[in-house]
Amino acid sequence: MNSLDDCIIRFENVTKRFPGVLALDNVSFDVLKGEVHALVGENGAGKSTLIKILTGVYQKTSGTVLFQGKPIAFQNPHEALRSGIAAIYQELNLIPALTVAENIFMGHHFRNGRGFIDWKKMREEAQKLIDFLEVEVDINQKVGSLGVAKKEVVEIAKALSLDAQVLIMDEPTAALAKKEIETLFRIIRFLKTKGVTIIYISHRLDEIFSISDRVTVLRDGRHVATNYTSLLTIDDLIRMMVGRKLVEQYPHIDRIAKDEALRVEGLSREGVLSNINFSLKKGEIVGIAGMVGSGRTELLRAIYGLDPIDEGKIFVKGRKVQVTSPQDAINLGIALLPEERKTQGLVLLLSVIDNIGLPLLPKISTRGFINDIELNRITTEMVRMMSIKTPSLDQKAMFLSGGNQQKVVLGKWFALECDIYLFDEPTRGIDVGAKVEIYHLMNKLIERGAAILMVSSELPEILGMSDRILVMKEGEITGELSRQKANQEEVLKLAIGGSQLNGRPE
Amino acid sequence: MDALSEERNQGLMHNFFIFWDRVGILLVFVVVCVIFGILNPVFFNPLNIINVIRQVSIIGVMAVGMTLVILLGLIDLSVGSIVAFSGIIAAGFQVKWGGSFFLSLVVPLIIGAGIGYFNGYVSTKGKIHPFIVTLGTMSIFRGATLLIAQGKPISGMSPAFRFIGAGMIGPIPFPVILFLGCVIVVGIMLKRTVFGRYIYAIGGNQEAALLSGIMVDRVKIITYTILGVLSGLSALILTSRLNSGELVAGTGYELDVIASVVIGGTSMMGGEGGAYGTLIGALLIGVISNGLNLLGVQPYWQMMVKGSIIILAVLMDRMKRRFRTQ
Repeated sequence: MNSLDDCIIRFENVTKRFPGVLALDNVSFDVLKGEVHALVGENGAGKSTLIKILTGVYQKTSGTVLFQGKPIAFQNPHEALRSGIAAIYQELNLIPALTVAENIFMGHHFRNGRGFIDWKKMREEAQKLIDFLEVEVDINQKVGSLGVAKKEVVEIAKALSLDAQVLIMDEPTAALAKKEIETLFRIIRFLKTKGVTIIYISHRLDEIFSISDRVTVLRDGRHVATNYTSLLTIDDLIRMMVGRKLVEQYPHIDRIAKDEALRVEGLSREGVLSNINFSLKKGEIVGIAGMVGSGRTELLRAIYGLDPIDEGKIFVKGRKVQVTSPQDAINLGIALLPEERKTQGLVLLLSVIDNIGLPLLPKISTRGFINDIELNRITTEMVRMMSIKTPSLDQKAMFLSGGNQQKVVLGKWFALECDIYLFDEPTRGIDVGAKVEIYHLMNKLIERGAAILMVSSELPEILGMSDRILVMKEGEITGELSRQKANQEEVLKLAIGGSQLNGRPE
Repeated sequence: MDALSEERNQGLMHNFFIFWDRVGILLVFVVVCVIFGILNPVFFNPLNIINVIRQVSIIGVMAVGMTLVILLGLIDLSVGSIVAFSGIIAAGFQVKWGGSFFLSLVVPLIIGAGIGYFNGYVSTKGKIHPFIVTLGTMSIFRGATLLIAQGKPISGMSPAFRFIGAGMIGPIPFPVILFLGCVIVVGIMLKRTVFGRYIYAIGGNQEAALLSGIMVDRVKIITYTILGVLSGLSALILTSRLNSGELVAGTGYELDVIASVVIGGTSMMGGEGGAYGTLIGALLIGVISNGLNLLGVQPYWQMMVKGSIIILAVLMDRMKRRFRTQ
């Protein structure tokens, strides 16, 4: 066993009970000083709750948390921060209108003799921190104008400015491109050498293996295992997370694609998309790969009528169409499942039934009055088909877990029986078990004769589920790969490599 | 506090807020009524009760419309000026421009609709915050009222027109019937119609609503138009009741209207609340004025009490939200 000196945080029988839910059940494990400790588990396994107890957002119901050998019970995140435990959440806590330097020292400004802010010292210290991290960030720039990757660097610098001993990162790579992830990993490894302990939460298991020293698995609020990452395989991890062996991670079905569902010709939008050509057939899944910012999401938005297009034609089932609003798109049988389920996919304040019903209402109403019986029937069927775990149809969407929320989004468009489904990051931030369920539901859509266009940052998902893959770079399609030919290297070559390859489809 | 009792406490708080969500403001309303009734039995006299409802009906009709606007997460400051302008037009048709009963009824409603449409159209298509747009129309139509009236109120309505504000159907004043009618119609609309669901969806998450194929701008414009029509209706009631188109009519009404909605539990953030809450909110304001009057309390106190209740109502809403997120 490890000596107490090495152990920086120790959880002893930590239990957290919410009204009606046991979120953590007697969880015990150690985090060692200077290690990268990964925390994994399905949504609802208790990762976030554990972190929130550590940082004082929640109070534990029972048990002990030791930090540097002393029991702690922070009343709020501020206390935790003062004691050297900092957390960087997915939704970053920065103020866009202020500069990098101001954000780093937010809440602990340097003051000069007369009580005013000492700007010179603040800039110097901010520069020192940025230099220390060896990154290119202008400390005088407004944070709002930075990309996600640089914003995370600012968050890290902010934590370091407070002498953080423990840095908690919750899905830090969710919105990062591959290269940015490498930079982040370099910073993490560097911080490790300085003795900073990192607690790393991610759904991307490959990352867990490339960055973490040890990993702790939680399931249903219970501690399953803590072990050296090098002693485990991805399969081990998945088995521990879901408590069963997943037979198939990507249940792709081979089928014969038939008639054309969608064709795009010469689609362009100034500075975003240029000369996009492709077609999509009924019964096939076409994946769109590419870096963040390559125009993938923008392409879906343009097809869905959310953004205006400068040039180009869109054909639905061979007929040329004009799409100037999502309503037009829906009338043509096109559905978009957006990448941010909480801010774009769902109305969190509304119930499951109201969310699923939203696009359906015009179809199941007479003279503006909703046919409640029909709505109830359809929603009940969707909840059953998607196996959405909810106490009732009237449960507000905000109280569901991430995977179940995503299934509600899916259910809402499933019920509408569209012909063309545009998926943007269909499984982002949801756990392995729920992912496979989502893939099965995609297959159901295909069986029904629908066509799917899927944007994803997870290459294995694209490779595993698509019949064909389009790769985008800087607003252009740089190539098309068949399922048989596609592999990680080929896709990356097209995504990063050359637009001169010019491998257009058709 | 030990862990177990803290937990129990949390459960209690949770249940309390669920309870508050359902019946909170109604409970406050009942308690306030009982207290006033004990302090002065005249309060429970049926005539007094009907009088209270009649008094709040002018504000109440607008508050029902404002509920829709606030549910969308928006605001309208121009309702008081719409009342003044529509009112002076109604009076004009009654007294000066031929005395047509039909025109004095319909034109003010159309004008209300027009101003509401303008508020909705400019704020959505011009992407200007409705606070600014309606602040503008508030001033424009206050000025237009003074311009049309040339500084003098227009008095002397026909008996038929007088019925709107002062008539009775059996023992019940006609404005009360209009007010309760609006509450019921809007209540049903919110619960049972597609348009009602769209209002909650947009107020809850505009982006998701848009992506679900809802014509967000159109819903907003229609909603402002509905509020405009209801403000025109309030103008008819007020002008009829006063027997005069007054220059300062409706001044400061926007505050009472918004207060009724907020006290009734509709969230300023949008997406939560409803017409029945607004009914209680408007009645609560009326009951407090009336009750304090009956007790001989100076009117200045009434304003202070009203203000405190607004803050308390929003505070409860805030605590409910905070508790829910934990």
